[in-house]
Amino acid sequence: MKKFDKERVLLAVAGPVIALAVAFVLSAIVLIASGKNPVEPFALMFEQAGFSDIQVLIINQASMYYIAALAVAIGFRMNLFNIGVDGQYQLAAMIAAIVGAHANLPAFLQIPLLLLTAVLTGAFWSGIAGVLKVTRGVSEVVATIMLNAIATSVIGYLWLPDVFGVKIGNNNTTGEMHESGWIPGIDMGAAGEIYGLVILAVLLGIGYWVVLNRTRFGFDLRASGASESAAAASGVDPKRMVLTAMLISGGLAGLAGLPILLGDTHTYSLNFPTGIGFLGIGIALLGRNSPVGIAFAALLWAWLDKASPELDFHGYDKEIAVIMQGLIVLSVVVSYEAVREWGLRRQQRRVGAELAAGHVLGADNNTTKEVAGR
Amino acid sequence: MTAVELAGITKRFPGVVANHDIHLTVRKGTVHALVGENGAGKSTLMKILYGMQKPDEGTIAIDGEKVGFHSPADAIARGIGMVHQHFMLADNLTVLENVVLGSEKLYGIGAKARRKIKEISERYGLGVRPDVLVEELGVAARQRVEILKVLYRGARTLILDEPTAVLVPQEVDALFDNLRELKSEGLSVIFISHKLGEVLSVADDITVIRRGTTVGTAVPAETTPRQLAEMMVGSELPTPETAESTVTERPVITVDKLRLAAPGGKALLDDVTFTIHAGEVLGIAGVEGNGQTELVDALIGLRHADSGTIRLGDEEITSWATRKRREQGIGYIPEDRHRHGLLLEAPLWENRILGHVTEKPNAKGVWLDPKAAQQDTRRIVETYDVRTPGIDVTAASLSGGNQQKLIVGREMSHKPRFLIAAHPTRGVDVGAQAAIWDHIREARREGLAVLLISADLDELIGLSDTLRVIYDGRLVADADPATITPEELGSAMTGAATGHLEHEETPETPETRKSPESPEDEAR
Repeated sequence: MKKFDKERVLLAVAGPVIALAVAFVLSAIVLIASGKNPVEPFALMFEQAGFSDIQVLIINQASMYYIAALAVAIGFRMNLFNIGVDGQYQLAAMIAAIVGAHANLPAFLQIPLLLLTAVLTGAFWSGIAGVLKVTRGVSEVVATIMLNAIATSVIGYLWLPDVFGVKIGNNNTTGEMHESGWIPGIDMGAAGEIYGLVILAVLLGIGYWVVLNRTRFGFDLRASGASESAAAASGVDPKRMVLTAMLISGGLAGLAGLPILLGDTHTYSLNFPTGIGFLGIGIALLGRNSPVGIAFAALLWAWLDKASPELDFHGYDKEIAVIMQGLIVLSVVVSYEAVREWGLRRQQRRVGAELAAGHVLGADNNTTKEVAGR
Repeated sequence: MTAVELAGITKRFPGVVANHDIHLTVRKGTVHALVGENGAGKSTLMKILYGMQKPDEGTIAIDGEKVGFHSPADAIARGIGMVHQHFMLADNLTVLENVVLGSEKLYGIGAKARRKIKEISERYGLGVRPDVLVEELGVAARQRVEILKVLYRGARTLILDEPTAVLVPQEVDALFDNLRELKSEGLSVIFISHKLGEVLSVADDITVIRRGTTVGTAVPAETTPRQLAEMMVGSELPTPETAESTVTERPVITVDKLRLAAPGGKALLDDVTFTIHAGEVLGIAGVEGNGQTELVDALIGLRHADSGTIRLGDEEITSWATRKRREQGIGYIPEDRHRHGLLLEAPLWENRILGHVTEKPNAKGVWLDPKAAQQDTRRIVETYDVRTPGIDVTAASLSGGNQQKLIVGREMSHKPRFLIAAHPTRGVDVGAQAAIWDHIREARREGLAVLLISADLDELIGLSDTLRVIYDGRLVADADPATITPEELGSAMTGAATGHLEHEETPETPETRKSPESPEDEAR
């Protein structure tokens, strides 16, 4: 029935729209409370989005957010909370940087090698949490948080000059990667360069959708997320599914730092962006774990990041963008749950109404009313 | 004096009428039984009385005074207390802590509260000790704590929702003594049940509810279980009888000395041995909680046996995973369809895939085939008369009976060799029930082997070719469904009789005589 499809789209959009509206209003209230103009900062930030160099920055930043959020989302789809994407992508980027600085193959081998290194490192790191969960029942939330801390220490260790580190001034780096591992950007003239791996982000999004919606594995994964008990009864091995999902999530996470590593910095240094994994959680939430939704959410986040520095020049604190990100996440959680319940109830009501009106699929015989079975 | 009077209560849920023009009058100091089939509307009615739902029409009067409840808190304030079927106690707290939780203002949380609990406990003979941890209590004791909890909050009218479902017969007797104690103190009890024997033994008045409306009242002394059953189901009572035997000599499922132990080492299933042949329905009778769930789990592969073997046809499947068992022809109608049979928030066609994701028409290789699955869902919806406006609606929006028909259709569509049917018609309306029975019978004619687990003794006797009784994890008795009566089967379910049950000479133990407390007079 078409109208139920249309309704589903409506419901899918209603959640984020309400959440964003609420977040904007709340941010404005924060501004008023601090005695500032509640509208001008937003106007300034919207204006920023019009400049092509800012647009390039936004797209580049969003590509990393997008991959990180996909990593989080695949866990969410089966009720696994991989909070360790942050540690996974940083460690993976570092190992890829080290491999890229020491191995020197032709580009058509070097780049796949680096991508594979990152995927395997991320998967290895999340896999530890997965194994702990299926063998010892350790909550993946706790395990991945701790692995984040451990990853930071491991990175610190690898940065030591007598391990893999190369000191450049005060900065710790892993040394410059060989050029065969660099991925050329898409030249946008004066606006700058879009990272070549933005395309990878898009492909991952498509892959994510196809795997989840068009494969048996994806169905099992979604079933596990929707009802663990029903999935088990349908023949899903819950332990194997947890481990597989953790590995995929970590593997994806491993790729999150690569657009900037292979496209710009070519070394893993103290300046390498941190916190992308945590932002990915909010972005996945806002994007409702859907590849298209996450793309919008990632762009929104990147816009808030890249447009907010301008505020400092006009007497506003750029932290208003961070406040707004926090408020969005809060309102998202509330509004999605509300919309979900409302939608479910609305559908039950409509199905009841249609049945009472005799609109029964494929049946011409008169319909007798049924007494609610619950 | 009337304690509670419900008049003309009507509650509509979209498209269905859950309650229609209900009249119920509960006298002070009596036990009033509300009986009706699963899904007849008892729970909805009690939710209305307890303030969890608002009626669309009708009035509620407490002690002759009209009231309107907006929440359970209002109902509690007017002296209505509810003991839910599923206990709401925190295991890691003591009885005292559980009782005062949420009502700290009444008598504090210390010595005064303890005194009050002891006082109530002694007054009604509940035998509740305030300082024991709830996790150390058995089911019956927990139930008494729940009763004490509502008394502590000042309830004068108690609603007990299927209180005996979780109790063994002796505990049922004890509970009934407690109830008599309560009414002698002037309290009123509304007792929800569909076990007619119990109702007749404990109630002072009976109100029968059928298809959402009250169809009559009865006085226990002048009523037989049979009359009550007829009132409950009306004249449309279908009989599940199967005509001619289709049992063959070919074993489909062979279970040998199956044993399954709980983590503590207690055997949940022990020495379970049976064979089901092609075309045979094996019925398992038993009071709930005697190992039925574990048996089903072991057969479908959700739990693996500690010892013993399961063979499907010629193959030993003991170590097979659930998916392989399902692919190889084990169909599964789960006991709890919401937990094990459906993805409630997924559309019907995805629910059609559930459990058969590797099989045609749902998949081609590793890829899903949504088009084919959708088309087949339409076929199931039409063939099995699932009442739905479309296949894109969520499973949650269908009524229980239609959800069950979808599950039955799905499982039958894969031509199982062996079907596990756990309570296949529970909570299903009479029409759907007959349809489901027909489908099982038809498949049986074509050589399906069925394990039927049911609390409905007439269903068991009517559909089964062979009957076994499960008690405390063991198959303790067997019977011929052609001659056995529900009464005889009911006594065996209490563990009183073992071996082969003969119709004429019932085993000698006195418990096997017809006693109202035993669950033999299960509705229908």
